[in-house]
Amino acid sequence: MTNEPEILFGIYCPPHPHPLLSPDANEGYAKLRAGFDECRRRIEESEADLILVYSTTWPSIIGHQIQALENAVWTHVDDDFHYLGSMPYEFKIDTEFAHAFKEANEKRGLESRTVEYEGFPIDTGSVVALSLLNPENRIPSCIVSSNMYANRSETIVLGKAVRDTLATQGKKAVIVVVASLSNRMFTEHIDPADDRIHSRKDDDWNQKILEFFADGRLEDLSQLSRDIHGQIRVQKVVAYKPAWFMAASMGQHNNYDGEVLAYEALNGSGGAVITLTPSSGSVGDKEFDEDDVEYYQGDRNVLDKGMLE
Amino acid sequence: MTKGQIVAGCLAPHPPHLVYAANPPQNEAYSEGGWETLRWGYNRLARKLKDIDYDAIVIFTPHWQTYIGTHFLGLPQFKSKSVDPVFPNLFRFNYDLKVDVELSELMHDAAAEAGIITKMMRNPDFRVDYGTITSCHLLNPEWDKPIVTISSNRNTHYYSPEVMVEQASALGRACAKAIQESGKRVVLVASHSLSHRHFVEEAPLPEDMSREHIYNHSQYVWDMKIIEMMREGKSREVIDIMPEFTEQTIAETEGGGLIWMLAAMGFPNFPAEIYGYQSVIGTGNVVACWDPNDETREYVL
Ligand SMILES: [Fe+2]
Repeated sequence: MTNEPEILFGIYCPPHPHPLLSPDANEGYAKLRAGFDECRRRIEESEADLILVYSTTWPSIIGHQIQALENAVWTHVDDDFHYLGSMPYEFKIDTEFAHAFKEANEKRGLESRTVEYEGFPIDTGSVVALSLLNPENRIPSCIVSSNMYANRSETIVLGKAVRDTLATQGKKAVIVVVASLSNRMFTEHIDPADDRIHSRKDDDWNQKILEFFADGRLEDLSQLSRDIHGQIRVQKVVAYKPAWFMAASMGQHNNYDGEVLAYEALNGSGGAVITLTPSSGSVGDKEFDEDDVEYYQGDRNVLDKGMLE
Repeated sequence: MTKGQIVAGCLAPHPPHLVYAANPPQNEAYSEGGWETLRWGYNRLARKLKDIDYDAIVIFTPHWQTYIGTHFLGLPQFKSKSVDPVFPNLFRFNYDLKVDVELSELMHDAAAEAGIITKMMRNPDFRVDYGTITSCHLLNPEWDKPIVTISSNRNTHYYSPEVMVEQASALGRACAKAIQESGKRVVLVASHSLSHRHFVEEAPLPEDMSREHIYNHSQYVWDMKIIEMMREGKSREVIDIMPEFTEQTIAETEGGGLIWMLAAMGFPNFPAEIYGYQSVIGTGNVVACWDPNDETREYVL
């Protein structure tokens, strides 16, 4: 469709505020914080023109929403972890990218809109990520929501629209995906010293996913998303989408250098800071079952098919 | 001290569209109206509440979502702007509200005593959720009563709709006990829709009522079934069928508000007053009230 975009690298990081607000409450939070700090250094040393955040803690209903307020300023407080403190923020948003991204979405059949309102509640995951990864607003950023009804095809197409936009604008980007691995938290307040992954099973799966990341097998993870959803995700939304978005926006292959900078528990959920850098040479391609999709054609109304005339 | 009591229980849906349509001065967006069936119903219920003597509104909202226990607002005043994360084009509401912290703490303590995980929310920068603001504004546009917001613990997702029934019922019983001990007269509000499948596209003019309809007929039939049971005073049966209703219509009852409220009221067997039913961007919404006073209970619609 357009020239290939330049994705410098991708970051997968957790949404909960502990690495920002209470990094010293336990060793694990400090390690996650160190992972964020390392990513911040790498972004600073890169030639990135844009940091694009896809956040699983920003659900949307009307298609995918894109933050487009040039100077987004507020003080955010988390619904659960309000007692850890407030998160004042001021983010410089790349409005030119935001608007072009919306148009690229529409060209690929997706419903999409920009949001440009003073006081818009930017979600915890985005606030944590941008505060830690880009504290001085050295690089303009943008944030895109995760539609609560969207499944694979919309998410893959959304990622491809990112590529279209970056290629058209000639921008070098760092893709940031904000999501837990296993997302089951303890349902009671715990002493941070006692924090651990909620269950052995969640930990086993997380370790497996981390192996894939470390091997740079992003497309394999994308293909495994439905299994991941069934095994270690609380069924809050229809699907586990972060790997779909990450693969579709960065490139649907396994040619990455992966690095797991930290993996720790956040009130029981699996928090990991991971980087993926495009490279050459592929590791362990599996046979891909899922269909690739270029344009979103809307829901398939199965109820309308096969009806008695 | 006389015993406190629950003087009314309202099922009060909170699509921000309803505030948007009414153009109150607090909201920055401007509309040409819309969703009158619900808004006029709300107006009538708000007039009824004016005639009831009460001290505070206690509201249970699914838009303050907590995974670690149930949280209670714990500071006397909150003043800020609420911007709906999903419909920011419609709802940017400047609010200034008072909280009955004493009542909030009593409910918190009673819930904790009953073994429910709890937390008081005392961060002054906290933004009160748009569900609270929408339902409270439509029931009491003067904002002349203090409120208490209770968060929705995510039991349905973490466990199952059946566990939510157990947990929200226990919370309702604990809150009722605390209200009795407080000596206060309280209006309870369950803030949510019934069936809850949204359209993922919005009309260019959101209030264009030629575009508004329920998401599909199945949602409508389920909503009518629930409303019929409410009318017949079968609140226990409403709760019994709720896990299935919630799963079939991805209903916003998943948050637990109605369960909590009806449990706090002892699962009333008198008829609910029905003030209106209408869809908003495809979701099913009813405005209803349980009035425990035989003298003032009305047959509204
Ligand atoms: Fe809602």
